[in-house]
Amino acid sequence: MTAALIGLPLLGATLLLLGGRRTNTWGHFLAVAMSASSFFVGVALYIQMLGRSAEERAVGQHLFDWIAVGTFNVPFGLHLDQLSMCFVLLITGVGTLIHIYSIGYMEHDPNRRRFFAYLNLFVAAMLLLVLADNYLLLYVGWEGVGLASYLLISFWQHKPSAAVAGKKAFIVNRVGDVGLSLAVMLMFTTLGTVTFQGVADAAGQGPSLKITLIGFALLLAACGKSAQFPLQSWLLDAMEGPTPVSALIHAATMVTAGVYLIIRAHAIFDLSQDARTAVVVIGAITLLLGAFIGTAKDDIKKGLAGSTMSQIGYMILAAGLGPVGYVFAIFHLLTHGLFKAGLFLGAGSVMHGMHDDVNMRHYGALRTSMKITYATFGLGFLAIIGIPPFAGFWSKDEIISAAFGQNYLVGLATLIGAGVTAFYMTRMMAMTFFGESRWEDGVHPHESSTVMTAPMMILAVGSVFGGLLLKFVGDIEAWLEPVTGVAHPTHPISAAVLIPVTLLVVASGAGYAWTKYAQRPVPVVAPTDVSILTRAARADAYGDAINEAVFMRPGLHLTRALTWFDAKGIDGTIGGVSAAIGGLSARARRLQNGYTRSYALTMLGGAALIAFVLLLARL
Amino acid sequence: MSLTALMLLPLIGAVVVFALPAGRDLLAKQVALGFGLVVAVAAVVMGLGMDKSNGGLQYVEKYSWIPSFGISWGLGVDGISIVLIVMAAVMVPLVFIAGWNDVENAGRGTVKGFFSLMLLLEVFMIGVFAATDLFLFYVFFEAMLIPIYFLIGRFGGPQRAYAAMKFLLYSLVGGLFMLAALIGLYVVSARELGAGTFDYTALTQLHIDPATQKMLFLGFFFAFAVKAPMVPFHTWLPDAAAESTPGTATLLVGVLDKVGTFGMIHYLLPIFPDASKYFAPAIITLAVISIFYGALLAIGQSDMMRLVAFSSVSHFGFIVMGIFAFTSQGLSGSTLYMVNHGFSTGALFLVVGYLSSRRGSKNIADFGGVQKVAPIMAGVFLLAGLSSLALPGMSSFVSEFLVLVGTFSEYPQAANIATVGIVLAAFYILWMYQRTMTGEPSQEVSSTVNEISKRELVAIVPIIAIIIAFGLFPQGLLNIINPTTKQVQSTVQVVDPAPAVQGLASTEGSGS
Repeated sequence: MTAALIGLPLLGATLLLLGGRRTNTWGHFLAVAMSASSFFVGVALYIQMLGRSAEERAVGQHLFDWIAVGTFNVPFGLHLDQLSMCFVLLITGVGTLIHIYSIGYMEHDPNRRRFFAYLNLFVAAMLLLVLADNYLLLYVGWEGVGLASYLLISFWQHKPSAAVAGKKAFIVNRVGDVGLSLAVMLMFTTLGTVTFQGVADAAGQGPSLKITLIGFALLLAACGKSAQFPLQSWLLDAMEGPTPVSALIHAATMVTAGVYLIIRAHAIFDLSQDARTAVVVIGAITLLLGAFIGTAKDDIKKGLAGSTMSQIGYMILAAGLGPVGYVFAIFHLLTHGLFKAGLFLGAGSVMHGMHDDVNMRHYGALRTSMKITYATFGLGFLAIIGIPPFAGFWSKDEIISAAFGQNYLVGLATLIGAGVTAFYMTRMMAMTFFGESRWEDGVHPHESSTVMTAPMMILAVGSVFGGLLLKFVGDIEAWLEPVTGVAHPTHPISAAVLIPVTLLVVASGAGYAWTKYAQRPVPVVAPTDVSILTRAARADAYGDAINEAVFMRPGLHLTRALTWFDAKGIDGTIGGVSAAIGGLSARARRLQNGYTRSYALTMLGGAALIAFVLLLARL
Repeated sequence: MSLTALMLLPLIGAVVVFALPAGRDLLAKQVALGFGLVVAVAAVVMGLGMDKSNGGLQYVEKYSWIPSFGISWGLGVDGISIVLIVMAAVMVPLVFIAGWNDVENAGRGTVKGFFSLMLLLEVFMIGVFAATDLFLFYVFFEAMLIPIYFLIGRFGGPQRAYAAMKFLLYSLVGGLFMLAALIGLYVVSARELGAGTFDYTALTQLHIDPATQKMLFLGFFFAFAVKAPMVPFHTWLPDAAAESTPGTATLLVGVLDKVGTFGMIHYLLPIFPDASKYFAPAIITLAVISIFYGALLAIGQSDMMRLVAFSSVSHFGFIVMGIFAFTSQGLSGSTLYMVNHGFSTGALFLVVGYLSSRRGSKNIADFGGVQKVAPIMAGVFLLAGLSSLALPGMSSFVSEFLVLVGTFSEYPQAANIATVGIVLAAFYILWMYQRTMTGEPSQEVSSTVNEISKRELVAIVPIIAIIIAFGLFPQGLLNIINPTTKQVQSTVQVVDPAPAVQGLASTEGSGS
């Protein structure tokens, strides 16, 4: 059953890619069906899992021996426990909704079939990532989603910007993958195993330095996949992909894989305070950095991308808090998956009505012409800024509270982040749906078709009730406890104080944005006389500029120098020596006809003659 | 089926094809393909027939040849040589199909001559991996040069004469050192055993004093390093690959170069264990340099064939590194790497060949936007590239990771540095893809680059299928390879380092 979760979408992708044009007319339906059946299998497995007691919920499935050399023994095995189950339902549930949405969104694309094949491929790879029972098999899913992400970001390959963005995403992710490689190698050489269970059992006896190093290496991997500082730069460019891709891969699921990795490896992080501290610091930096970038973006998708970085920063930070934070990291991951996917689909719906224009300065007053999009986006907005009782409130509030329990500075970062989040999201709401219309000529905004709005409405329901359901019906804390361990939270600031304070900060952020962007007219062209900070935020906090100056340009110079050296240095030396010999032997050469082939023939003839003589001698 | 018979088959094929009347080009191709397929099937059958509990030589044959010098016609395969022979035998017919129209009668190069030389090359490729007599190995090692020389020199690009000569000179110089070391080894064996021998098993049992070992080791190593090729002995490869036909390049880089790394694992380690250990740190350093040097040079190339050639320099760095780590993962991983690299580099060369035969150029700058006019071609190109950058799920990942983890346990710094090479590999492959396949096609590209043909698909699809199949089920190959690498380890008297935490191996596997 567990294998079917992965097998169904993989089969879909294979059929669509190999089937070619024959599958053009119905390919997207097949893809939806495969994703949906995987979801139903997931639900069935979930119900089964509910029927078992907490200790017996995790199940393993050993498919075959994958790699075995010496003591390096890696099974091709799956492991479905409470943590993977959360992801299975998120990936297939949100995934299926986005498949359905894409039927409408990609309706006129000549390569729609290929798009759906890649979506199915992504779902399969992502499921493998969360279902693998060892770190090396996880790696296969890990780069598999990277491949799907690459293919989908650069889906419109005829656009050079899309092709470049896809490549960039893959290469930056590979930097993170170096971390994953190193972590697996360290696990094997230190602990003698790379299975989740084996590592968890042996970690306690490992030398603490090695354990910390494994933690750092895993964090590097998480930074790549989850677009955390300093490997964040690819995510903003990834918005070149079609919007459903941004919703599924670059908001709801793939980018949260880093959080999954850290929590899956919690046995390592539980043992190393240094590694946990590093995780918290990275999370705190990214949550502020992403929010900061989000405040200045006029491109609606890039604004949301900055927001995604920031929200994942919250999750990473929570994961770094140790057992008190693991549950809330996953809680926020799930609610974020719902509301952020909804926000992205809403953005896609807006773009659809605005001739694919992404510039919010060309929007305005869309609440009347796109009522459903406005309503669903608005509910997502309330969820992300953390207004009770919407989904984001429950999860984010827990993280802020746990962060204060750890350290006031960290707590303050999460609190400031909440304020900035309210600012950029209100700005986005105001610029898009309120104020006066600033539409370009010939643009007539219209609501999208039902196939697109229906998934948006379902996700909006999730944005409203997701938090409540997970907290009170699903009881996520008790649900995940067998995986993440028992937490002993300390709350130096009581909820009665913290919640009002948080809401006050959120209200100030939102209010400031409202006065700035709803009550005053928004210029159609972005003003240039802006502060250094705005300029920095517009330039993605100079992430690309730094990469360019530190890695790309020196690397290019090195490559050029080596190419020259190879031709002139190494080859030139050898060529020079042979030229000298050639000059000396010029006279001797006259005696010969100069044809190497005749020499070779002579050699062959001579060798044959000798062999013949020797054979004769034997007889 | 004996190994001699496996060598005779392509030899007969070569003679028959050559003897066909001039002008019957299609018949020559068909006959050559027929022989190629029969050899491939026979080799696969022999591979499947290997006894997996035995790491030593199998299918052994030995006939006395020059008894006065202890030279014999000795053939036999172990788990390492058989997988290489099978890989070579499978590649040959695919190369025939892919290069069906790559050569035509011009000057001294005739179609039947090309296919005949290819089959002759196959004879020597099998021989060089199967020889159990070191002298016989040397004969095949040098004899291979003859068909390859003509294949490059007669059927290549505009600079083919230069490239062929360069290739020949490099190989001959390397071979000369090997010959000297070979004679030295013979003398040593005569001193120790009373009568000199070239027999592989006997040589691995010699106890050569360390100083002599080092001298002899270097002689062999030089020849193997040129062939492999390792930096700084690599400069013949890009020229040879760029000037030959794609099929020749595939066999040259995919199979022939493996003789270098095969020689290291099969001859250097067991015959000169002390010297191997002595030189290992230096060679690992050289290997890491090769990994980076090859990758950076690949990034700097403007010609696709040269780019693939330099990527191979990088890949050979991984192979050599794994061998000299002496761990079971390193040795088995390197052997698997040799096989996988043959397939994945072959796939890349062949697709580049498809592209250049259409466009009349191998220059990256002459392409762009191919995926718009030939999406399947672009897809196949991407798959071949992903295999080259060792995407998990493909066979190359398994071998690359085994090499890295095998090296890590003995030389953590080298493995750390080498791991960064995976970023560079992603860069040169995806950048090449971006520049050739994406964007809007130019007028020249739209008018010349048409979609991949059925024949071309028939050649490339099996390779990609193999790459994916062995990515999921590498154990089929590893089960053949492992017993032999284990034996190599015991001959060299090394064991795998134990992990810091012990006694938990029993928790392996999932709890189902």
